[in-house]
Amino acid sequence: MNKWIQTAKLSLLAFLGTALLSGCDRSKFIVLDPRGPVGKQEYNLIILSVILCAIIIIPVIGIFTYIVLKYRDKPNNKAPYQPEWDDNKFLEIIWWGIPIIIVAILGVFTAKTTMNLTKPPVKDVDPIVVQVTSLDWKWMFTYPDKKIATVNYAEIPAGVPVQFILTSDAPMNSFWVPQLGGQEYTMPGMSMGLWLQADKVGEYFGSGANFTGKGFAHMQFRVKAVKQEEFNKWAKQVQKDSPVLTKAGYKKLSKPSLEKELSFSSYPIGLFEDIVNKNGGIYYDHMNHMGDHTTMSDMNMKK
Amino acid sequence: MSQTISAHVSDQNHGHVDQEGLKTLGFWIFLVTDCLLFATFFAAYAVLRTHTEGGFSAKDFNVPNFIIETFILLTSSFTSGLAVLSMHKGNKKGLIRWLIITLLLGAAFVGLEVKEFADLAAEGATISRSAFLTSFFALVGTHGAHVTFGIFWMIGILFQLSKRGITPVTTRKVSLVSLYWHFLDAVWIFILTVVYLMGVM
Amino acid sequence: MDNSHFFVTGDPMIYGADVSIILVSLAIIIYLTYFKKWGWLWREWITTVDHKKIGIMYLLSSLLMLFRGGVDAVLMRIQLAVPNSHFLASEHYNEIFTTHGTIMILFMAMPFMFALFNMVVPLQIGARDVAYPFLNAVSFWLFFLGAMLLNISFVIGGSPNAGWLSYAPLSENDFSPGPGQNFWIWGIQISGIGSLMTGINFVVTILKMRTPTMRLRDMPLFSWSVLASSIAILGVFPIFTATLAMLTIDRLLGGHFFTMTGGGNPMMWVNLIWMWGHPEVYIVVLPAFGVFSEIVATFSKKRIFGYASMVFSMIAISIVSYYTWVHHFFTMGAGANVNIVFAICTMIIAIPTGVKVFNWLFTMYRGRIRITQPMLWFMAFVPCFLVGGATGVMLAAAPADYQYHNSYFLIAHFHQVLIGGVVFGYLAGMYYWFPKIFGIKLNERLGKWAFWTWQIGFYVCFMPQYALGFMGMTRRMYTYNSTMGWDMGWAPLNMISTVGAFLMGIGFIFQVWQILYSIKHGERDVTGDAWDGRTLEWSIPSPPPVYNFAILPVVKGRDAWWYQKQEMQKGSYQKEAVKYEPIHMPNNSGIPFLMAVCFFIAGFGFTFEWWWMGIAGLIGVFITLFARSFQYNTDHFISVEEIERTENALRNHGSIHRTAN
Repeated sequence: MNKWIQTAKLSLLAFLGTALLSGCDRSKFIVLDPRGPVGKQEYNLIILSVILCAIIIIPVIGIFTYIVLKYRDKPNNKAPYQPEWDDNKFLEIIWWGIPIIIVAILGVFTAKTTMNLTKPPVKDVDPIVVQVTSLDWKWMFTYPDKKIATVNYAEIPAGVPVQFILTSDAPMNSFWVPQLGGQEYTMPGMSMGLWLQADKVGEYFGSGANFTGKGFAHMQFRVKAVKQEEFNKWAKQVQKDSPVLTKAGYKKLSKPSLEKELSFSSYPIGLFEDIVNKNGGIYYDHMNHMGDHTTMSDMNMKK
Repeated sequence: MSQTISAHVSDQNHGHVDQEGLKTLGFWIFLVTDCLLFATFFAAYAVLRTHTEGGFSAKDFNVPNFIIETFILLTSSFTSGLAVLSMHKGNKKGLIRWLIITLLLGAAFVGLEVKEFADLAAEGATISRSAFLTSFFALVGTHGAHVTFGIFWMIGILFQLSKRGITPVTTRKVSLVSLYWHFLDAVWIFILTVVYLMGVM
Repeated sequence: MDNSHFFVTGDPMIYGADVSIILVSLAIIIYLTYFKKWGWLWREWITTVDHKKIGIMYLLSSLLMLFRGGVDAVLMRIQLAVPNSHFLASEHYNEIFTTHGTIMILFMAMPFMFALFNMVVPLQIGARDVAYPFLNAVSFWLFFLGAMLLNISFVIGGSPNAGWLSYAPLSENDFSPGPGQNFWIWGIQISGIGSLMTGINFVVTILKMRTPTMRLRDMPLFSWSVLASSIAILGVFPIFTATLAMLTIDRLLGGHFFTMTGGGNPMMWVNLIWMWGHPEVYIVVLPAFGVFSEIVATFSKKRIFGYASMVFSMIAISIVSYYTWVHHFFTMGAGANVNIVFAICTMIIAIPTGVKVFNWLFTMYRGRIRITQPMLWFMAFVPCFLVGGATGVMLAAAPADYQYHNSYFLIAHFHQVLIGGVVFGYLAGMYYWFPKIFGIKLNERLGKWAFWTWQIGFYVCFMPQYALGFMGMTRRMYTYNSTMGWDMGWAPLNMISTVGAFLMGIGFIFQVWQILYSIKHGERDVTGDAWDGRTLEWSIPSPPPVYNFAILPVVKGRDAWWYQKQEMQKGSYQKEAVKYEPIHMPNNSGIPFLMAVCFFIAGFGFTFEWWWMGIAGLIGVFITLFARSFQYNTDHFISVEEIERTENALRNHGSIHRTAN
């Protein structure tokens, strides 16, 4: 009986292993395939935490299996039986101690990474700012430097730190580009900062991670990292060729709907600030949270 | 510690603990949870206190009104204490008289609060005007609802007292309602401080 | 409000449900009428204040809700099995995951937990009932009618669809108009009040109702876990009540607690709901730990290892659990320092939890392990919970959480701890104490089938979801691969996961079959001590008489019954002369049921914003409270003759003649 428990467990593991590996090549695991410094730091922490947990789990499962095999209630079992043995200070100190040490190690690295992520990933390159507004059910990106706006896609220069500033003009969502780094909520009335950076040119999958209703599943977007020159060229192109986003146009855009990728050559001045303030932004100090170490000259959120 | 707790368990009633004592303990625990309920409303008020949307703010409260409310409620707490004293002396008439005075004072308090709310609403300061007002009405209203409930509870106990007199059961009931009343008084002191005094200052 | 959509229409599945609900109700009514069972139902069940019967009703309701929540789960998995599926529309899918989560936590896990509280605690501490039997019945009926209120939403008025914790502002009128969200509020508000009262009830029961000779430090660990869990209930359910009241004020009176407009603060909702929600998961898992502590000791024939640190770790968990709620939204940007503090507190919880696992292992060490059905579930729990706990520690590392948050990694994690910890624990408890409450052992062969389909189904269902998280799949998507040409390669793993969900469903069917089969053909337990148990509940007949203990047991230490049996074997047990005394018991009462019905009416009225009905319901609640206050004839005594009669019948019926302490 016990043997076939083990066999069943092993075959289960084997089945799961093959299931996980087959049909999906490794590059599909985008969280484990970071393409920028932020994502890489998070990846390192993930790996560290897996190792630390494995240090505990694997021996414990081993001990567990050993004990269950050895101390079965069988008439001919010769293993010792001590029904009154219920206390051992030394053992207890060991298993209070080991988890404390593991948690301490992981805690230190967690704290370090948390602090790191509030700063621009590289120091010697001037960052750019992209404002992100989540709407029902689309993403709007505004570029305060270039005065252009896009919907459902963003272009960024590769190798340059990007300060995404996030808000929402709809229920709270979460802005997530797994290969560039972790997510952060977009919330009505708040402006949140998130540092991301793409090391290499490429197209990255982005999505909304916090449920916002009917069209939520369609809130995916594309982040395209290009060389700096191409980025400038693209911005000029948009300024030249694309339609204007007017106040009325924004009002229409912010109504619940699904949209394709759109580009706008300009947007109403102060659009992002207005969105933040009209949803309660006037009551909060802004930008004192993760992702904030530079003062944004074009952000004037105080009352 | 375990021994002391066991020691309280009296075996006199065929292995059964004293029912009235048990109910009193449960009521104390209930009051603790009720405290947490108020704490949550206080927390919401603290968060939203400044969110006035340019309308009625905490500076504009009617000072005489809340001073009188406080005075009435404190007095009623005192009279409910007198009621309990009379009960312990076995004075049923005194007990009933003080309870009636307590609940009349309670009713006056609720009346003033309703008037305050109505006045605010007449000024346009309704619950839907701003987040500040929502949290204010919710906090103070929850207290008012508690007081109202206490008044009805006392009426019920008065009927039982007049019918049955002072028995172990009615004694426990009067003690609990009086405890409840003092508790509401304490909550009101916090409301007075956090909402009204800190508001108008 | 527009009430033209009172009945949900337009979906063939809903019509099917309508028909089956009507048929089942008719069948029940006809059955009760034909066999003249209405009086029996009223006298024996609806008005009962007996903790054992209330426990049974909790158990039945939670299994029913497990079925409903399970059907929801299977529907979701069918929808996600293939990309671009049109099986469910977006709104329908959103409703289903909302009710799945709400039902599984509040109407499956909570009542299952209360079932175990009720069926076991008084027996384990040598009490004749809980501290407040009447209140206990009120709690049950509030839970039951609250659950029914939420459940009818799917045929009347429409189900809620803003997620199981209904994040504002999505759950506000601007984005979720109509009765669905109100059903959610009132259903869980009403049952939440019941839960709070159960918490008070069991704290007092455990502190005050123990048999006079039982010291707290001799109390069985399950009762300790109930105490820890109940104290946590007292700490957080008031927050829950207040938070739901605030959302009610927003939706019903136009308030602005959590709205986008009027200065409301949606982040406050997220904070408040998790201040309740996080401790809530420890509330449900602590009793599961308690169950395992009993099972491991019994089936290793050995004292529990490290009793003091077991107790300490449970208390530690219930206290630290108040300081971890922010880990549900590290991504809200509360600031680096806040995130670090809450990350570390979250990891700290893993320490006492890990210690418990070690102590269970060393309880088995140098014991004699019998692999029975409850023990099987324990053995499944250990690896499952270890992995689930490990992924929890991974999630606690805040910056890594930015990559897991709201992805399928998170889904896999919390299902692994909630199923692997809570559900396995409660099922183990059900298998363990079923013979005590019903006097029937559950069939072994069917139980093994159920066990293995559950286990295989679980891993097949949830292991792929960890991988899906790493592939960037976020939770609550009703479909994938349909937008902008992204093909993320999610399809094969989703298909596998669906297969697993079906296997778990089959496992559940096996269990229902097992219970029904065992009731009819199962082995009867006539000893009262089906497992060679260690604690007091095994010292009385199964099922126990209404008063549980004819004479309050004398406890000399931990595992009182185990040592008494040893003394009895050695012949050194001093049997005192049996001298019964009349037993004081509470009377049955219909008021709890009627009070809950009034709550239901109030909740239903406010759900549809029919103020007259809501207020009428509340007035009804006050009337029942008053009626209770005026009731003086609330208890009775069981005479010595009747006790003698019952005891003789019970104990002569048993094949082994047992002493009544």
